[in-house]
Amino acid sequence: MVKKIESLYTKRNDGRAFDEIRPIKVELGVIPSAEGSAMFQTGDTRAIAAVRGPRTFHPQHMQNPETGILRVNYGMMPFSVWERIRPGPSRRSEEISKVSEWALSSVIDLSGFPNTVVDVFVQIPQADAGTRVAGLNAAAIALAHAGIPMKEMLSAIAVGKIDKTLVVDINKEEEDFKEGEGSTDIPMAITSRKKDIALLQLDGKISPDKLKEAIKMGKKACEKILELQVKVLKEINNKVENE
Amino acid sequence: MDKEERQIVIPGETIVKGKEFLPGDNVYREGEEVIAKRFGVVEISEKHVRIIPISGVYYPRRGNTIIGTVVDITFNGWLIDFGGVQNAFLPVAEVPRYVNKNELREYLDFGESVIVKVWDVKSRGIDVSMKMRGYGKLSGGMIISVNPNKVPRIIGKEGSMVKLIKNATRCEITVGQNGKVWISGGSIEEEMVTKKIIEFIVENATINGLTEKVDKYIKSLKLNNDVEIIAEDTDKEGEQDG
Repeated sequence: MVKKIESLYTKRNDGRAFDEIRPIKVELGVIPSAEGSAMFQTGDTRAIAAVRGPRTFHPQHMQNPETGILRVNYGMMPFSVWERIRPGPSRRSEEISKVSEWALSSVIDLSGFPNTVVDVFVQIPQADAGTRVAGLNAAAIALAHAGIPMKEMLSAIAVGKIDKTLVVDINKEEEDFKEGEGSTDIPMAITSRKKDIALLQLDGKISPDKLKEAIKMGKKACEKILELQVKVLKEINNKVENE
Repeated sequence: MDKEERQIVIPGETIVKGKEFLPGDNVYREGEEVIAKRFGVVEISEKHVRIIPISGVYYPRRGNTIIGTVVDITFNGWLIDFGGVQNAFLPVAEVPRYVNKNELREYLDFGESVIVKVWDVKSRGIDVSMKMRGYGKLSGGMIISVNPNKVPRIIGKEGSMVKLIKNATRCEITVGQNGKVWISGGSIEEEMVTKKIIEFIVENATINGLTEKVDKYIKSLKLNNDVEIIAEDTDKEGEQDG
């Protein structure tokens, strides 16, 4: 078990423990005109999510008479990273929108709202790796805030393998690690009650044993995130009084 | 009303355990546990568990009074937008006077506002009626929009809050459960004061002893002297609101 010492990555660049997440900041109702909204920040990664609806879905031929439809729109702001990002849909943002949509669809229940759509807009004003998981965390809070029926909550985390070391909540510098086996990024989303996996992606190489270990680490980290998500929602009234 | 504790729950949270509890609105059961399906405040009366939402879009219920605008006219009625998920349908038969079916626009035209009662809620949409007293077409005054989840605070217990505002400003007020409030007074100034008071209530909706606060706020606005005395009279009723 002491084989981990062989790894080239023995200490994290920001001094965190291998299973330690970055400092988190959560805010509710950042977009007052939306039905629900939230801001989620881990370290230097920040995501804003706004929920609109349920509202009638147009065009009509795309409506589903059995259930409402969820639409997720993910995008990075042009200034979110060092080099300007061209605004508008890209291959990457379309993919993330789609996987986020699938992950969130597994926890929400729109059967009471036929022929409608719920729009979730996720924007990243500042990125330092792990944007899709930050976006999912913000979106889950925003959906609950918007009063959308949900079977359970959702929290997400990215676990990484830097050379041979498994680390939780990787940042951009770790993601760019090139020596040895390089870096592997595993974003995952865990539901709050059943602890089911709602999203699991893998970018890089990893052995099956290591992957199982990574999921275990991710589930543990998600507990801490869930705690904060619950806390911000429960304190909705306290905040109003402080203003 | 035996339990005054207002517990906020989030989706997926276990509210109570036990087979004897009955899951109501926005709640589901899984084995022994009764689980929240929506973000809101828990209400347990007897063994009936339900969640009262504190945010989100307005969802109509039978008997609600709503204020909306005509957005479409069909061959036998009007479609009314009230800020909900779907539009409401007002059939010609539910209008308190004879309307020529070929000239529906003569009675209610596009963009005109109405106060209506929710008659039937189906998954396909809702039917509304204006055949009772107090319902009908709106003319004059202004309509303001507020968060529909704060409407109970504007109305107050048995209408105490609305009565308080009405007496203080001498304005006609109708609160729609969909978060639309119609204000009609003698002058624009009176209407603007009423709007200000309602916005004050919405901002401070979560505070305890809201009625007293609103009463104090109305006094700070320095309305006419004779009006103030009437406001003090209604104060006693309001205090029960707590």
